Amino acid sequence: MDHDKDQRPDLAAERTRRRRSIAIALTLGFMVFAFYVATFVRLGGNVANGVP
Amino acid sequence: MSVQSEVGQVDLAVEPSVGDFILLMKPRVMTLVILTALAGMLVAPGPLNPILGTIAIISIAIGAGASGALNMWYDADIDARMARTAARPLPRGRVTPDEALSFGAILSVGSVVTLGVLVNWMAGALLALTIAFYIFVYTMWLKRRTPHNIVIGGAAGAFPPMIGWAAVTGNVSLESLLLFLIIFMWTPPHFWALALYRCRDYERVGVPMLPVVSGLQETRRQILIYSVLLVPLAVVPYFIGLAGIAYLVASVALGATFLGLAIRVYVTTEGRQADTAARQLFWFSILYLYALFAVLLIEATVSRMMA
Repeated sequence: MDHDKDQRPDLAAERTRRRRSIAIALTLGFMVFAFYVATFVRLGGNVANGVP
Repeated sequence: MSVQSEVGQVDLAVEPSVGDFILLMKPRVMTLVILTALAGMLVAPGPLNPILGTIAIISIAIGAGASGALNMWYDADIDARMARTAARPLPRGRVTPDEALSFGAILSVGSVVTLGVLVNWMAGALLALTIAFYIFVYTMWLKRRTPHNIVIGGAAGAFPPMIGWAAVTGNVSLESLLLFLIIFMWTPPHFWALALYRCRDYERVGVPMLPVVSGLQETRRQILIYSVLLVPLAVVPYFIGLAGIAYLVASVALGATFLGLAIRVYVTTEGRQADTAARQLFWFSILYLYALFAVLLIEATVSRMMA
C-alpha cells in the first residue's frame, strides 16, 4: 500500500508532463503547418508562372 | 517553489498542467482581444485571405496571452494578496516565476515574428508595441506608481482592432484609430467600477487605484465623465460609414444603459447599494464592449459576404 502511495504522485506528474509534451508538439506542428500553408498563399501562382 | 498566498491555497510541489498555462494567458481577456481584432480586420477595406486572417487572429490572441503571462509573472507578489487574483497559477504555486517568464517571453517573440513574417510587419510592429506597452509602461511603470495607471495603460488593451485593421491594409488609419479610442475611453469606467467595490484589496497591496488615492466620490465623478465621452464616441463609426444601422441602434441603446448605470453609480454613494451599482456597471461594461464589437463584426461579415 505504502509503495502504491509513493507511486501515485509520480504517475500523476508523469501524465501531466506527457499532456504538456503533447500540447507543445501540437503547437509546433501547427506552426510548421501555418508557415507552410501561408507560404503558398503569399506566393500564389507566382512560382508556377515563373515570376521571380 | 511557490509564492506564498495570504488569501488563496498554495499547491506545493505540483507539475504545472496545460490548463495552468492556459490560465496564465488570461483566456477571458483573450476572447475580447479576438473579438475586437476580428472586428477591426473585417471592417477594414480590402481583400481578406481567410488563411492569413486566421493566422493573424491566432497571433494577436497569443500575443495578448503572452503579455498576460508576463503581467502575472511581474505581479505575482500582489496577486497573491488580492482575493480576485489569489487563485491564479503563480500565487497558488502551480507555475514557477521562471516558467511563467519563459512562457510569456517565448510566446511574445513567436507571435510577433509569426504575424510579421506571414501577414505584414505593420501588424507585427503594432503587436510588439502592444505587448511592450502592457508590460513595460503599464505593469512595470504605471500600475504601482500612479492613479492614472488605467487611463494610460488602457491603451494596451485598445490596440487589437488597430492590429486587425493593419493586418488587412498594412497601415493605420483614422477609422482604426476610432476603434482604438472607443476601447481606450471604455477602459477607465470599466476598471474604476471594479476598483470601487475592490478598493480595500488595492489599498492593502499598495496599488494606487483612483478610489484609493482620490476617494470614492472622485472616482464616481471620473466614471461619469468618461462614460459621457465614451457613449457618443461609440456612435461615430456609423457616421463615418464604418458601421450600419444595426450598429447605430445597438450603440445608442447600449450607450443609454451604460450612461444610466454610470449615473446610478454617481448618485448612489452609501452602503451595499453603492457596491451593487458599481458591480452592475462593471459587468454591464463587459457586455457593452462585447455587444458593440459583435454587432460591428456581424455587419461587416454580412457586407463582405454580399459584396
